[in-house]
Amino acid sequence: MSPILGIYASQVSGKLWPASSYESLQTATVGAGGASSITFSSIPSTYTHLQIRALGKTNRSGGSGDVYLLQLNADSSSSNYSAHALRGNGTVASADSSVNVRNGMYVGYTSSAVDNANTFGVSIIDILDYANTNKNKVARSLDGADFNGTGLVNLDSSVWLSTSAVTSIVVAPTFGTSFSQYTSLALYGIKGVA
Amino acid sequence: MPVTYTPIATNTLTSAAASVTFSSIPSTYTDLVLVCFVRGTYTGGGSVTLLNYFNNDTTALYSNTQLQGNGTTASSSRQSGQNFGRLGEIASATTTAGVFSTVTSHIQNYSNTTTFKTNLVRHDNSALNTQAWVNLYRSTSAVTRLDIQCSATDIAAGSSFTLYGIKAA
Repeated sequence: MSPILGIYASQVSGKLWPASSYESLQTATVGAGGASSITFSSIPSTYTHLQIRALGKTNRSGGSGDVYLLQLNADSSSSNYSAHALRGNGTVASADSSVNVRNGMYVGYTSSAVDNANTFGVSIIDILDYANTNKNKVARSLDGADFNGTGLVNLDSSVWLSTSAVTSIVVAPTFGTSFSQYTSLALYGIKGVA
Repeated sequence: MPVTYTPIATNTLTSAAASVTFSSIPSTYTDLVLVCFVRGTYTGGGSVTLLNYFNNDTTALYSNTQLQGNGTTASSSRQSGQNFGRLGEIASATTTAGVFSTVTSHIQNYSNTTTFKTNLVRHDNSALNTQAWVNLYRSTSAVTRLDIQCSATDIAAGSSFTLYGIKAA
């Protein structure tokens, strides 16, 4: 059964691809002890785009929610990363930016230790043309969490100012120090037409 | 590497219908993706709410946070303690003929029995608005059934719904 044509060109994330071009690469699920970071390594260059589908919670105790920090190819230089976001908090729509401040791509959303124990943030993060050595790398994300009275839904984008092909991604919390049990990140590769 | 993003079922309406149901959803995937090309038959306003129920549950376990642009204003809203999840304020019978809304709903980790269920939704209709939603269903039960309907009157003929399964390695 083929995907519905015409949807290929729409949407921020969640594009449809023929089944044969969307492949599961690596999955990480956090155990009872938590994890300070999650690493996707040895990423093959044979795909066109990457997608991370995430369900996350961190141990941040200073406020609701947290944000993923994606460090590409072990580059921790904040001068190489910037991000912008459009956010809805249930009351107002707002925009913010993070330019040369974070030492990774600032995208996605998790719940935190102050949020309901059973509620995790969800994120769909696309890294387009990740293996192209002529382009800086851009990630875009649809993400958020609702807590039945509070919550946040976001459209984010972040750039890594490097033309290197992405071969590794280390994902860590921005504000907390570890991911909580049951946090799960899955990396997928999407092929283009040869 | 395992190939995934598998079509599970498709329903294209040849006549207006009160609802669309996907039942007996297998638990073997990690995420579900519902893709809709949809319009309502409601004539009482410029749009109608597309809503969903998980597991035929109509109790007040649903809530959402929304972000929207309507061509003039960016805004955000929230509903708590709802009896249904929301998939968008979609085209109604008063929208330009032939213009359908596109809706994509990602239901992450739908079969785990530890976490509440959260789905991310994008709704787009160039005649109305563009929206992003995050919905919460406060149940740890695995999702085995999905019902979609409009908040008023029916879903129009020509609307299509496809459910995909994505399996992590």
